[in-house]
Amino acid sequence: MIERRQVIPGDVIAKGNHRYGPYIEKRGDEYVALRVGLAEVGRDEIKLNPVTGPYLPRAEDDVIGKVVDLNGFGWVVDINSCFDGFLPASFVFGREFSPATHDLSSKFRVGDIIGARIESSERSRDPQLSIRGQGYGKIESGEIIKISPTKVPRLIGKRGAMINLISEKTGCDVRVGQNGVVVVTGSPEGIVKTARAVKMVDEEAHAADLMTKVEGYLGGSESGGN
Amino acid sequence: MEGAKVAGTRKLIDGKGTRLDGRKWDELRPISLQVGLMKNADGSAYIEWGKNKIMAAVYGPKEVHPKHQVLPDRALLRCRYHMAPFSVDDRKNPAPSRREIEISKVTREALQPAVIVEDYPRTAIEVWIEVLQSDGGSRCAGITAASLALADAGINMRDMVVGCSCGLIEDTVVSDLDDTEDKEGDGDMPVAIMPNLGQVTLFQVDGIYTREKFQKAFELAIEKGKQIYGMQRAALNARFFGGEGAVTQVEEAAE
Repeated sequence: MIERRQVIPGDVIAKGNHRYGPYIEKRGDEYVALRVGLAEVGRDEIKLNPVTGPYLPRAEDDVIGKVVDLNGFGWVVDINSCFDGFLPASFVFGREFSPATHDLSSKFRVGDIIGARIESSERSRDPQLSIRGQGYGKIESGEIIKISPTKVPRLIGKRGAMINLISEKTGCDVRVGQNGVVVVTGSPEGIVKTARAVKMVDEEAHAADLMTKVEGYLGGSESGGN
Repeated sequence: MEGAKVAGTRKLIDGKGTRLDGRKWDELRPISLQVGLMKNADGSAYIEWGKNKIMAAVYGPKEVHPKHQVLPDRALLRCRYHMAPFSVDDRKNPAPSRREIEISKVTREALQPAVIVEDYPRTAIEVWIEVLQSDGGSRCAGITAASLALADAGINMRDMVVGCSCGLIEDTVVSDLDDTEDKEGDGDMPVAIMPNLGQVTLFQVDGIYTREKFQKAFELAIEKGKQIYGMQRAALNARFFGGEGAVTQVEEAAE
């Protein structure tokens, strides 16, 4: 258990000399919150976990997005953010990619859902995506649920505890993108249960005994929602 | 100003310092704040301040349209203050009036110093303030609600913004003027502040003040603003933490 304090923008979290994470600003020797959230003063670092906010792309994030456009050079992907992700064709077809010889729509079409990784994210340009690596690429089936991106760490839980619990109890495969997009695959009954559990985490993320609550809700059925 | 005085035949404040609605000189009207009632907005707030009823909604950060307005290094903050046709006794033409355009501008300038626009380059953040019922002091109420809506939307802010007006009735400095006092009184001074930073982001004034009265009204507006800031905090607490106390124990959430 770590003690956390509720803060709103402008609140002083701590004074002195510390390392500090995002959503915190240093003014003189004071550390000030920039968001509504739970502030945590650790021994060597101050952290602020916001309870609300948009998804802002960060390099290395795993995201789930929808292809909204394609041009000669790549795909434009809606990643549930104010910035569209761009997946360059050369990342998919390799260095020998040429707009003349490769047909982009043979790989992804407009409307396809893809799992991708943010390759780079800069202030001056839209974030670049990549599908290199295991598990990335087109997602063929599943139910999409959107949650607040700030609740993603809560949905995953400590070392994946929460997501494993939901997945185990419903027999569904749950994939979470850092951008707040969740894809669930499994039996129809399981999907319904999973969706309710995920929504529960989204709505009651501030509750201290969330794990128990979710377990209580899913308790009855061991798998497949039977 | 003189014309307004002739029109007003009522005594706005009696010998004991009680106002028309029974308030003392430094009392606020009842205020209630609610955060996050609009599902389709990224952030929203509703304020009832005396007879004022105002909704504020925040959309964004989102793509800027038209594209030529894009700012490469920061977000474009757009504000619209609008009064519904039914918000006043006589129907108000829904087209933005000179007054509404001005208030939209001062609202934007009151919120801009608090919002860290540099964190959202190439985007737009839109603030919509809709006055459903109007009773004086609505720009301050609008700013107070808009800052809550911004916090609800999860936009990085240096501080909250809170507004409160003060003014003059005859020779008495009073806080939080209502519609009648605004129209028939002798001065109005809307002030918006960032309470933690101790900075003023909106300051307008009409009427003729002595140096002392001016100072008193200004300080009273700041004091009252800080009082309303407490209500803002309570409203955000109710929205996000179920209105619990200041400290909670939460199990560790990690990736």
